[in-house]
Amino acid sequence: MNRKDFPMLTKDIIYFDNGATTLKPYAVIDKIVDYYENYSANAHRGDYDISLKVDMAYENTRELVKKFINARYTKEIIFTSGATQSLNMIANGFFSQYLEPDDEIIITKSEHASNVIPWFNLVQKCQAKIKYVELDKNHKVTLSNLQKQITSKTKVISLAAITNVVGDIRPIKEICQIAHQKNIFVVVDGAQSVPHSLTDVQELDCDFLAFSAHKMCGPTGVGVLYGKIELLEHMVPQNFGGGMNETFDNEDSVFLKELPTRLEAGTPNIAGVIGLGAAIEYLQDIGINKIASYEKELKSYFIEKLKLIPHIKLINPDSDSGIIAFNVDGIFSQDVACYLNKYHICVRAGNHCAKILKDEVGVTNTCRISLYFYNTKDEIDYVIELLKDKDKIIREMI
Amino acid sequence: MDPTLKREIILENYQHPYNKETINNPKYIKVNSNNESCIDNINLYILIEDSIVKDIKFDGEACAITTSATSIMIKLLIGQNIDTIQEYITNYENMIDERDYNNELLAEANCFDEIYKQQNRKNCALLPWKGLKKALEEYKKGIEN
Ligand SMILES: Cc1ncc(COP(=O)(O)O)c(C=O)c1O
Repeated sequence: MNRKDFPMLTKDIIYFDNGATTLKPYAVIDKIVDYYENYSANAHRGDYDISLKVDMAYENTRELVKKFINARYTKEIIFTSGATQSLNMIANGFFSQYLEPDDEIIITKSEHASNVIPWFNLVQKCQAKIKYVELDKNHKVTLSNLQKQITSKTKVISLAAITNVVGDIRPIKEICQIAHQKNIFVVVDGAQSVPHSLTDVQELDCDFLAFSAHKMCGPTGVGVLYGKIELLEHMVPQNFGGGMNETFDNEDSVFLKELPTRLEAGTPNIAGVIGLGAAIEYLQDIGINKIASYEKELKSYFIEKLKLIPHIKLINPDSDSGIIAFNVDGIFSQDVACYLNKYHICVRAGNHCAKILKDEVGVTNTCRISLYFYNTKDEIDYVIELLKDKDKIIREMI
Repeated sequence: MDPTLKREIILENYQHPYNKETINNPKYIKVNSNNESCIDNINLYILIEDSIVKDIKFDGEACAITTSATSIMIKLLIGQNIDTIQEYITNYENMIDERDYNNELLAEANCFDEIYKQQNRKNCALLPWKGLKKALEEYKKGIEN
């Protein structure tokens, strides 16, 4: 779908690494260039026309994000540098105040490093503990396995709505229901889910959500932290400085501004935020549900064809997202990626920043293909042809 | 070197790497070598006695280029004096970076003389040598103390 919108798709590549980052449409690129060319001023300093225009564009994105994830209040949307920063702010700005010694944090072994290491760091500071939900044989989180880890000490459950390695979709709404009955907070890492499926934070009732613009056709270096207003009110800024204070006469009298500004110290990534706004409008024009169902169709088409190749070992044939993890029997994943690269096909090899997953899946490295709406069945057919011939892979991988 | 021969050397050393085994012997210096930019990760176990490299073994997970480069390096270096090894290192690095080098010295390792054409593979070919350098430093420090 919509291939003509993407300048990168005229570059003779097949781009299958959308889990890492996505391509950008003209609609986004042009919006960013427009800012730099036509009203390049700072935000929150609306003393002259172009600066006011910046403020309006910047705050307009906040409105767009609010509607996109169906937040209740605009103030619940904080701009960050990406999902990683959002998750760090949640751990260090909120839970570091809230956790007590021996409290428990529940995650899984298929989380991205950005949803693991901030918690590792925090448990050292707070003397809290990490517990892992046992994954089932398809590497999925089941509610009953989750419940087994919940104790009276559990204070937070932090999970990706869709994981970046095996692409399983977590039942976030049900998880929130279970958690909230026990006064447990739920943090959702939406880096892989928000770009690909409808996200409604009120419907899910999650407490925090983190995601990145660059994985949804937007620019790099910008992302979102969503939090319920009453929780964000208690979040301690990790950055102090310009823009976020009311007055500061001396060290005892720093008064901070209201949300969301309080959590956005310094000159923000203005071009990035404006670009994110354009990306959201772009995705909404296509329709996020349409994107989700097209990806699902592509994914099943791909999986059916891969299953027919005897030397392909699929790690996650049953997951519902557009992420496919596989290995070619006896060939190191990086060699497969290098082989495909010779045909200008971009796939990722490695552990995909989920280093602790190897305990569960038993393989350290895989090739990962991650789809987006601009991929096609023709591209899939081409890659299938290249993967069919194992001798050719071995011949050409070096 | 003929391209078919190069390919054969690389594949042969990848599929049947020399001395690929884990050992647990305190006499060996153990070093880990990995690439930040990719996923190769190997351990080298090096036995040096009286400035002579008596044995090298390796284990780990790595691509065809790293695995074969390690196997080839080990075959070249066992039995050599550490001063000579410095010469091997310099020449090998020169080859990888497209500078002049002594190709007779490097024997089988010449199969990587065009690896510079694949920028992303250069680090793979250098990885075992990076580990080797670390081990030599450790050895020298050990003697000084
Ligand atoms: C599941 C998941 N969480 C978090 C992140 C981190 O996103 P970013 O690097 O944009 O901060 C990623 C990115 O790969 C991801 O896939």
